[in-house]
Amino acid sequence: MEGKKKVIVLGSGAIKIGEAAEFDYSGSQALRALKEEGYESIMINSNVATVQTTYEMADKVYLLPVSPPFIEKVIKKERPWAIMVGFGGQTALSAGVTLGNAGVFKKYNVKVLGTGIDGIERALSREKFRETMHKRKIAVPPSVSAKSPDEAVKKARKLGYPLMMRVSFNLGGRGSAVLWNEKDLVREAPRAIAQSSIHEVLLEKYLHGWKEIEYEVVRDALGNAAVTACIENLDPMGVHTGDSVVVTPAQTLDNYEFQKMRSTAIEVAEAIDLIGECNVQFAIDPKGYDYYVIETNPRMSRSSALASKATGYPLAYVGAKIALGYDLYEIKNSVSRSTTAFFEPSLDYITIKMPRWDLNKFDFVDKGIGTEMKSIGEVMSIGRNFEEAMQKAIRMLDIREPGLVGGPIYNSDMGVEKIKEVLKARHPYWQVYVAKAFKEGMTIDEIHEITGVDLFFLRKIHALVIKYEKRSKRMGPDEYNEFKKLGFSDEQLGVSKIGGMSIKQIDTLAGEWPAQTNYLYTTRVGEEDDINTKEDKRKLLVLGAGGFRVGVSVEFDFGSVALAESAKKYFDEVSMLNYNPETVSTDWDRVDKLYFDELTEETIMNIHKKEKFESIATFAGGQIGNTLSLRLEKRGIKLLGTSGKNIDIAEDRNRFSALLEKLGIKQAAWSSAASLTDVNAFIERHGFPVLIRPSYVLSGSAMKIANNMQDLATYIEAATKISPKYPVILSSFIKEGVETELDCGADGKNVIGVALCHIEEAGVHSGDATIMTPYLDGNSAGKMKEIALRLVNELDIRGPFNLQFIIERGVPLVIELNLRASRSMPFSSKSVGGNMVDYAIKGVFGRYDWNGFYEPPHSAFAVKSSQFSWGQLKGAYPYLGPEMRSTGESAALDSTLNGALLKSWLGVQPNKIPQHGILIYGDKDKGILKDTADLLSEKIEVSTLAVAPMHNHPALEVDRALELLGQKKIDMVITNNDMRSIDYEIRRKAVDLNVPIVLNARLGRALAGALFLGEPECKEMKEHWKGKPLHEII
Amino acid sequence: MGAKAYIYLEDGTTFTGEGFGSSNTVRCGELVFTTSMNGYPESLTDPSYAGQILIITHPLVGNYGVPKKMNDNGILVNFESEKIQVDGLIVSELTKSDKWNGKLNLGRWLDDEGVPGIEGIDTRLLTKKVRDHGVMMCAISTKGRLKNPKEVLSKDYTKINFVEQLSPKKPIVQDVYDKNIVVVDCGAKHGILRSVSKLKYNVVRVPYNYTADKIMSYDPVGIVYSNGPGNPNLLTDVVKSMQDLMHYKKPILGICLGHQIASLAMGGKVRKMKFGHRAVNKAVVDQISKRAYITSHNHGYAMTPQDMPKKGKIWLMSPDDNVVEGAIYKEKNMITTQFHPEGRPGTNDAGFVFGMFDEMIKKGK
Repeated sequence: MEGKKKVIVLGSGAIKIGEAAEFDYSGSQALRALKEEGYESIMINSNVATVQTTYEMADKVYLLPVSPPFIEKVIKKERPWAIMVGFGGQTALSAGVTLGNAGVFKKYNVKVLGTGIDGIERALSREKFRETMHKRKIAVPPSVSAKSPDEAVKKARKLGYPLMMRVSFNLGGRGSAVLWNEKDLVREAPRAIAQSSIHEVLLEKYLHGWKEIEYEVVRDALGNAAVTACIENLDPMGVHTGDSVVVTPAQTLDNYEFQKMRSTAIEVAEAIDLIGECNVQFAIDPKGYDYYVIETNPRMSRSSALASKATGYPLAYVGAKIALGYDLYEIKNSVSRSTTAFFEPSLDYITIKMPRWDLNKFDFVDKGIGTEMKSIGEVMSIGRNFEEAMQKAIRMLDIREPGLVGGPIYNSDMGVEKIKEVLKARHPYWQVYVAKAFKEGMTIDEIHEITGVDLFFLRKIHALVIKYEKRSKRMGPDEYNEFKKLGFSDEQLGVSKIGGMSIKQIDTLAGEWPAQTNYLYTTRVGEEDDINTKEDKRKLLVLGAGGFRVGVSVEFDFGSVALAESAKKYFDEVSMLNYNPETVSTDWDRVDKLYFDELTEETIMNIHKKEKFESIATFAGGQIGNTLSLRLEKRGIKLLGTSGKNIDIAEDRNRFSALLEKLGIKQAAWSSAASLTDVNAFIERHGFPVLIRPSYVLSGSAMKIANNMQDLATYIEAATKISPKYPVILSSFIKEGVETELDCGADGKNVIGVALCHIEEAGVHSGDATIMTPYLDGNSAGKMKEIALRLVNELDIRGPFNLQFIIERGVPLVIELNLRASRSMPFSSKSVGGNMVDYAIKGVFGRYDWNGFYEPPHSAFAVKSSQFSWGQLKGAYPYLGPEMRSTGESAALDSTLNGALLKSWLGVQPNKIPQHGILIYGDKDKGILKDTADLLSEKIEVSTLAVAPMHNHPALEVDRALELLGQKKIDMVITNNDMRSIDYEIRRKAVDLNVPIVLNARLGRALAGALFLGEPECKEMKEHWKGKPLHEII
Repeated sequence: MGAKAYIYLEDGTTFTGEGFGSSNTVRCGELVFTTSMNGYPESLTDPSYAGQILIITHPLVGNYGVPKKMNDNGILVNFESEKIQVDGLIVSELTKSDKWNGKLNLGRWLDDEGVPGIEGIDTRLLTKKVRDHGVMMCAISTKGRLKNPKEVLSKDYTKINFVEQLSPKKPIVQDVYDKNIVVVDCGAKHGILRSVSKLKYNVVRVPYNYTADKIMSYDPVGIVYSNGPGNPNLLTDVVKSMQDLMHYKKPILGICLGHQIASLAMGGKVRKMKFGHRAVNKAVVDQISKRAYITSHNHGYAMTPQDMPKKGKIWLMSPDDNVVEGAIYKEKNMITTQFHPEGRPGTNDAGFVFGMFDEMIKKGK
């Protein structure tokens, strides 16, 4: 071989509903396989917060949109030997198919590793898939395809209702729907057809009430195949599998059913000439032996990431090795380390995956769960029985429910009728409502009829409720143990005892082989530990970020992974505790021990009792760890870095404010209001607008800006009660203020940090804002750094922290201090070519060799943009405010600010440069919008709305605007503020039709200067850093 | 919750759980485990488990109940024999079924058949014990604590001829098709019988100790040596009949115990394994084509390449340990597999073995 062969790996871009961190995990595994085999790996991904876009994983990193034009640029520049398109979700696969069909791979002589483009198309095109299955005599539901609503109506009449409508090449079931009658079809078909890249929908017989089963198949080039997991959905057909509660291994299939479908899954894999990994979905009659193949995903998927974590079989790694030409039995089983990868895992435990939704953050959103995926994150629990796994999973959701029973829903005064309504509309977390229903006397059959959940699982939930209702007031040890075995937490039982749990290994072989595995979980259903915890070692436990939600995403996983890696230098043994199956942090290959378990005080103390950790690190994984800090410290745990006592000062609004006052650091006027009188007093003194929020703040939940008394009244009504126990926080809102941040590491005295600046004005949540660096206002930056240093010295901050400001006329006012790794830390790290978490850890263990605040030199501009998932959230009104609503982020570096902004913005789906016309309108910041319109009209047709006219630009009525959107004659919208009474339909139509929408005037103006720049730079990350990365400088 | 039940192991350890199935019962058997996650009706009725107490490693067992027996021309479609063959069942949790085709709950079935079960056991702990220590004798009691477990445990699995107990006393003859295949029934799984019958031959099950002449009296187009329980080295008469039968050059298929008998008949060796292969997830690799298959296993004895008869050729190997999983004796017109190509429970990936056997039959004409 001449030099190393280059292989490109495509990522999945910014995180959105349907594509989350599972592709960071799978891409990272592919990169590891490439490294082991001596290839030079090139990663393309705009998602800056991923682990896969670090040099620890990849040899080269292109922080660019995962879209055909940018991929082609990289191919042209790098001239790789091959490309992997199966590890970056639907985004990568679709890009791969487009490039393949356009002849790009042929032109540059690039080999597509793994399943070929032909096979991928046979799987992804609904029409081709159906043909392929028919040829093989594999049963698929009766179906027809249609290219227009009229055709759909005609064909649907022949097939008969109810029908399931599906869209080819779409992510997260987007556009799909259950159609009960022609009226439904007429309503849903136009949107679905418009969304399909080939303007085609598939109408298939809807198998109402049938069970959904998934198999994961690996297959090598010789045709050897193994089925590594069988996943049973508790939700029946009609609920997207991403929104279903699922259990692995399947629990209700007999040998005949299991093996029949397993053999069919292998046949499906053969039919698409699979080389690597695929997921095959089945529908099975709950009252007979009939089954149908529904679809296959010829790539790593959310299910395959889940299956990897559920079974201990690393599908992505094995898939990558197969793509590189290995046969299955030549690859080692990385868990047992003694057997080969050609086997099918046997599980001596049960795992349950539960989705996590954040629908309450979205106005007007349809709250029912159905064919289109709406959940943002997921959790997975491991137990030795169903009840244990179920209750653990509910706690892991972190929705303040302590399990199936005993929480707010269970103890509410909800009546049977209301429960029925919620279950019929299929609101999130049906499992908790089902428990409540049983408490209120509903029967197993009634619930089965409404939910379609298998009787086996309902019977178990029912028995648990009955047992709980019959519990003794004062439990003796035997009864306590019985309840603990059913997964009850001490909180649910109203007692507190540590001890009595066992640590078990996940070894893929159910104990058959002696395994060296470090993949662990805890259970009450066991009598011994599989591992020796008594070794005399210096041990660290890192707390992960838990399930993703709006506000907690892959950036916190990045933090956990970076911390665990850096900490290896200082400890003999680093363990990770987390339960998010999508993530890299739950990859057992990365740490000495992986505890896949709950992030609760009880579980942590139980593990600690055995392991005796020297320290526990709570600062990497975001809010959950932070909240646990003080409680753990009070239990005698030594926290890594800043003390829990001081973390509490920063978290407690009152104490933090007092500290700022003491230090003479300026902050926006604020007050904690325990009554309406307090609220009025504050308004009288400081006037409007005010920012109002509950005192417990999680990613700006329930945060609103009130401009007048009426806004305020509405908010207070909505926030229900204000009381001394539940005060609200009011702060003066600085209009037009620029929001800035410092991402830092500290050693208790000195600081390393990066200053960031938001493009959107204050009032847009920092997680939704477009962020750029370097921050060019040197004067303000200097003052910010001075404040940071004072706080570091005062609170003895050791480790990572993030400090947020509003700049009011050149004066930085402190908004908040977070003594943990921040959302933007991966971005600030990559903007200067370093790893802030690593420096932060150095600060925990020693002193930096400089005095004061060091900001590494910037050699490029960096911009981070926010990814929203409006399109996936049917009905939700797209707008920005102080409450975070984005689901992911994308970033880019460039030698110009405009270049960085453009690439970063294009890294967000569905953004693309408009070709036809832009609609620009708004009722706020009109001057800025006017500038934007003037600038853009030099390049493209610009129109505005009649309700908010602008001089020199044609004004449209709303109906006309909607028409033009439908015809794609308007292919970008720029607007501002919240105008729902006027433009709800416009915004909705834009997002439904994948038309890019900009929701802020300042961002619009910035983009006006960037959109038509021409060819942006295509550089590898290190090229932007001008040679030396930061760690070589320091 | 059931009454307390107990298990006693040869190494002196005792476990307490809750009993199910047959109460007031004490049984002793060799303690083994299967890692198959479903297919318990098939496993429990598999005659190869005779004389053994079975641990199922998946924690929930019984979820889909026990189906009604279905019969196709005298061969069971969904069970491996007419009755439960294990001497006891050990699980973490016994569950109840709501499945449409679950006629009985598992606990009830065991009770009906007089077999004791125990739940509430840390089955992973027990499995690891068997793995590390090797198989050992085990007593299970739903009759209270045993006063003298040693006495109950004194049975020696390796010295008992279970085949003799299970093999039919008289031939059982199907009369559907034109031609016959004789199955030397050492405790044959109905899955094997059904796979043979599906080739459209009459299945003629004969007692294990039938001589070659008696076997040939059925004018078989091929002979199958079935699976069966226990120590193959005790079965000298079966070995002898196979040696005699080979002179007829009729196609022979040996499965599991049949594979071991063939080795012995050809001068090879078969030894007891530490804890055996009992699973449905195991690979076998074709040494020539490099194709590999996931297969179903249930054996406590095995042959390594060193023990392989000189005149045989290794066909399939386990990639994980040194076990010969398939052999070809070309000269003798015989193929054998250590695993179960019929699955039940388990995959059908190697079902082609029956097809190969059929080809051998058709070529012979």
